[in-house]
Amino acid sequence: MSQAPLLSVENLAFERDDSCLFSAVDFTLDSGDVLQIEGANGSGKTTLLRLLTGSLQPSVGEISYLGQALSECRYNYLSDMLYIGHQPAVKLNLSAEENLRWMVATAAQSNDLSIKDALTQVGLAGYSDIPCYALSAGQHRRVALARLLISQARLWYLDEPFTSIDKQGVAFLQSCLQQHVAQGGAVILSTHQDLALNGLRKYKLLPHIEQGV
Amino acid sequence: MLSSAPRKMNSGFVAWLRRDLLLAYRRRGEVASPVVFFLMVSTLIPLGLTPEAAQLEKVAAGMIWIMALLATLLSVDGLFASDYHDGSLEQMLITPQLLPLPILGKVTAHWLTTGLPLTLVSPLLGLMLSLPIDGYLPLLCSLALGSACLSLVGAVGAALTVSLRKGGLLLSLLVMPLYMPVIIFGTATVNAAVDGLNWLPPLAILGALFAASVALCPLAAAGALRVTASN
Repeated sequence: MSQAPLLSVENLAFERDDSCLFSAVDFTLDSGDVLQIEGANGSGKTTLLRLLTGSLQPSVGEISYLGQALSECRYNYLSDMLYIGHQPAVKLNLSAEENLRWMVATAAQSNDLSIKDALTQVGLAGYSDIPCYALSAGQHRRVALARLLISQARLWYLDEPFTSIDKQGVAFLQSCLQQHVAQGGAVILSTHQDLALNGLRKYKLLPHIEQGV
Repeated sequence: MLSSAPRKMNSGFVAWLRRDLLLAYRRRGEVASPVVFFLMVSTLIPLGLTPEAAQLEKVAAGMIWIMALLATLLSVDGLFASDYHDGSLEQMLITPQLLPLPILGKVTAHWLTTGLPLTLVSPLLGLMLSLPIDGYLPLLCSLALGSACLSLVGAVGAALTVSLRKGGLLLSLLVMPLYMPVIIFGTATVNAAVDGLNWLPPLAILGALFAASVALCPLAAAGALRVTASN
């Protein structure tokens, strides 16, 4: 008997304002996988990720975590998931350290890496007590990415994680992802970058084609 | 190994309360504006109405309550707005905890930074509006309970209107009817005491309103935020 996959998505479709954004999205994700979602602008990459986080409900189809439907294992699933969206959820009036502290405090679980160490690793060593409005967009993104280092979640959903970070940052994030999947995690990310990662698979979101018209 | 660490039991209440208090501390000037508004308008009343103590004391309780209500209404608008724009509201919606608890944390922070200061400065306004001496304790008690109700009910309105660009007016229209019982029993408490009657019954009703708001408003706000997120 094969074990149920970490995440499986069956025949997912999403409708908004009576028009179908995408349909028949099928994939499974096992530990060790990196799934890159590709598609043109407006093809629904962010929507798909938000469907996976459970903040949107699909029109058709089912998402299951370890063989269970999301509605049956909501707490476990959300505890095991980390989502970094388009907006990095960084509060401009708080410093990088304070931002990270509340992000970690609201997470279900975290490892014992200290907040200071995480910020050093993402290259914000000297900036931890400066209010975030004084930091650049790329540095905001780095504050959010520091959560990845502290997280214990197996599923990472990253929406355009490479936006506005520099070349070293991209390389660092890729090594982070590589380490995460090596430890048994799984990643779904949307990006237009070409990635050099082991276990990388691609899923192309195609626009929905109306049938019988 | 991932996921092997024991899960921290946390409700999210403390994390959000601390964060919002820290944010309020960072934006002290902005957060103080409802209280400044409260003070300013109340100093205008003797100038606009009459400086005669005999006439002022009749309207003092009502005026203080109306100002407190408007000051709360001014500030509750932004309760979820900045979180909505920077993506932290989205993070709140996908935390595994029960959503009403982080919301209750945020509302508590809002009350501590608006309702509580309003309550604490109200005796000063009572003095300016020549509120009779018997009215001070009931004023403090009723404002403390009542302003908590105002914050809680306001949170539901703020949650419903967070995704609208100009939600301010709609928010006022939505929550104003729900604010009416609070202001009726709030002023009744103070007026009863000034008239030498037993002021505990109206205060008890205010307490009941508070208890109902604590139980129901975070749930309603959570529902409203979920609806907002799915659009």
